[in-house]
Amino acid sequence: MDLDLSPGELAFRDEARAWLAANVPADPLPSMDTSPGWRAHQEWEARLAADRWSVVSWPEEFHGRDASLVEWVVFEEEYYRAGAPGRVSQNGIFLLAPIIFGHGNPEQQRRWLPTMATGEQIWAQCWSEPEAGSDLASLSSTARRDDERGGWVLNGQKTWSSRAPFADWGFGLFRSDPDAQRKHDGLTYFCFPLDAAGITVRPIAQLDGEPGFAEVFFEDVFVPDADVLGAPGDGWRVAMSTAGNERGLSLRSPGRFCAAADRLVDLYAATRTSSATERVVDAWIRAEAYRLYTWGTVTRLADGGEMGAAGSVNKVWWSELDVALHETALDLLGPEAEVAGPWLDGYLFSLSGPIYAGTNEIQRNIIAERVLGLPREAKGARA
Amino acid sequence: MRFEHTTDQRDFARSLDKLVAGSDPIAVARAWAEGDHAAGLTLWARLAEQGVTMLATEASPVEVCVAFEVLGRHSVPGPWVESAAYLPVALGREVAGVATVAVPPHTPYALDADVAEAVYLDSGRGEPTLVPPERRASEPVVSVDPTRRLFRVGEAVDVAGVSGSRAFDLAALATAAQLLGLGERVLADSVTYVTQRRQFGREIGSYQAIKHQLANVRIALDFAQPLVYGAAVALSEPAGTAERSVSAAKVQAAEAAYLASRVGLQVHGAIGYTREHDLSVFLTRIRALVTAWGTPAFHRSRILDSLLGERIGSA
Ligand SMILES: Cc1cc2nc3c(=O)[nH]c(=O)nc-3n(C[C@H](O)[C@H](O)[C@H](O)COP(=O)(O)OP(=O)(O)OC[C@H]3O[C@@H](n4cnc5c(N)ncnc54)[C@H](O)[C@@H]3O)c2cc1C
Repeated sequence: MDLDLSPGELAFRDEARAWLAANVPADPLPSMDTSPGWRAHQEWEARLAADRWSVVSWPEEFHGRDASLVEWVVFEEEYYRAGAPGRVSQNGIFLLAPIIFGHGNPEQQRRWLPTMATGEQIWAQCWSEPEAGSDLASLSSTARRDDERGGWVLNGQKTWSSRAPFADWGFGLFRSDPDAQRKHDGLTYFCFPLDAAGITVRPIAQLDGEPGFAEVFFEDVFVPDADVLGAPGDGWRVAMSTAGNERGLSLRSPGRFCAAADRLVDLYAATRTSSATERVVDAWIRAEAYRLYTWGTVTRLADGGEMGAAGSVNKVWWSELDVALHETALDLLGPEAEVAGPWLDGYLFSLSGPIYAGTNEIQRNIIAERVLGLPREAKGARA
Repeated sequence: MRFEHTTDQRDFARSLDKLVAGSDPIAVARAWAEGDHAAGLTLWARLAEQGVTMLATEASPVEVCVAFEVLGRHSVPGPWVESAAYLPVALGREVAGVATVAVPPHTPYALDADVAEAVYLDSGRGEPTLVPPERRASEPVVSVDPTRRLFRVGEAVDVAGVSGSRAFDLAALATAAQLLGLGERVLADSVTYVTQRRQFGREIGSYQAIKHQLANVRIALDFAQPLVYGAAVALSEPAGTAERSVSAAKVQAAEAAYLASRVGLQVHGAIGYTREHDLSVFLTRIRALVTAWGTPAFHRSRILDSLLGERIGSA
């Protein structure tokens, strides 16, 4: 076993490092959940895409570099070490794109992937509903067949859709067969422009006061067959292949935690608050563990293995690590902790990690049942 | 980049595991605790035949960890860290037979000095020195783990030199690997138990309060494992930051194994609180190894020193 990068991978790393050094904005961009911040982040996406750094693992015909999984992790490490901005396009490129590559037809791939890569079109994930959070399959928004127009009519409500206040397109599940036997059956996966007739987006302020997510209301919204992803009625299976991505490798590459742990040690070196010493070290150890764990996962995936329920192990770890890192930083800052700044922003955001992408309680249920093989709790309470 | 065991390493682990599992290791450990070393020494000889005592000098730290993970999983008694990790590196040669060493202040007692053919004291001034028979105290110091028979060998001198040595690092890492194996074993036994034991008409393993605790153990062990093997890879390389990688591995493996032991005891209920139950063999070993070869506080401080040193170095 080894952790060595090949000459090609090292060259890739150096190229990425050089590009980032030359291009990462000197000052942090304003929050992407404000109009000026949104525009600034879209411009950054365009800049990344212009030199083919926005979607390194995609095929070259879609603005990518055909980068391997190892190279992708290397790129992410460099990206966060360079202090580059957060990715406003991440719902699209990390959650939806793998589905479009896997289940989309060539026409959909040509239509959606290039503008996603350049940041021209930003996507929002519209999965959760007011009554269907953890129990996502119990969702009640409907899709009614309209043969005359060759498509479907959507009704209902989605909520907590990140980036939806400014995004261009949404993707989500709707109940297309009300008579299906199981709640997981009869769901269909749709893509839709958020400015379509009948869609209303109502921004919701998050804990930090910014409209980071939104409610999305559907009133007789027509979606043509061309915008259905995968087969009608097969939406759950299609959707679950994205859930693995969100919980697992893609959404939280180790780069950002290693970079944050490094900044935490810097902060400690500057403040030397002895009461937090142990937690500083532990945060660093846990980020390091995450980095090494990811290399193990990458090796397994490169060998043709699957992420499977291990993605749940991963999700609990990074989300709790993120909270711990930021809590520790706030403790080091002392009375300054309550005053606006990057650590406080990061802290507020970290608090949502144990909730979104499937709460950590649900992840622990999955680990217990699918990794450890423990019996299901009781009828109905299924993860 | 291939951060996975090779087929050879996996086969080696499997064959060692088979050998140990077939020797009734729990009975071996119980007898060892009673001072009856015969079965333990037979197992020792068979493991030495499989090459366990030559790994530190002939193979890589990865193989050392593979072997110690197996020793941990079965709670094999004896001064293995001393004979198969510390001494071969400190002396620069494979150790023949059972040997032990005290490395004060981190390892103040010589483990199993009553059965060891050679007893050393390493006070950080060059090579470890042999302790003459008359200077080996005869009364063991009682450990939380009854299989760990500890002996005072002469005066403990507080020296810093040893804890920065490669021998110490390999010993600490081997201990971390052992803790990993111990933690995995306690988790596996706990999962088996909670799927059998029934209360209120169902398996206790179907209760979420039990499930989440065991899931936490799974998570902790899953993230300790790459730190152990990452440190092994780092220790195989001539320069770099292996020292702090070893410390990270020891801290996290100890934390994960200790969590496994606490949760393991809790889910077993009172039966787990008995000497009679095999769980006790693992629980007490884990507790002992948490502080052996560098306490968590010591290892954390080594990590911090390294991180801060790096910053001063680059400033
Ligand atoms: C910042 C943020 C961004 C988000 N972005 C998006 C987005 O872009 N798109 C989208 O679709 N959704 C998004 N979400 C929603 C998120 O996916 C849901 O919040 C999450 O799935 C939990 O659902 P809920 O909030 O309805 O909580 P509930 O399901 O009502 O859960 C409440 C509590 O009960 C616990 N609980 C529920 N069921 C069980 C059980 N079986 N066992 C044990 N405990 C249980 C939960 O763990 C939680 O602690 C976002 C959420 C946040 C906070």
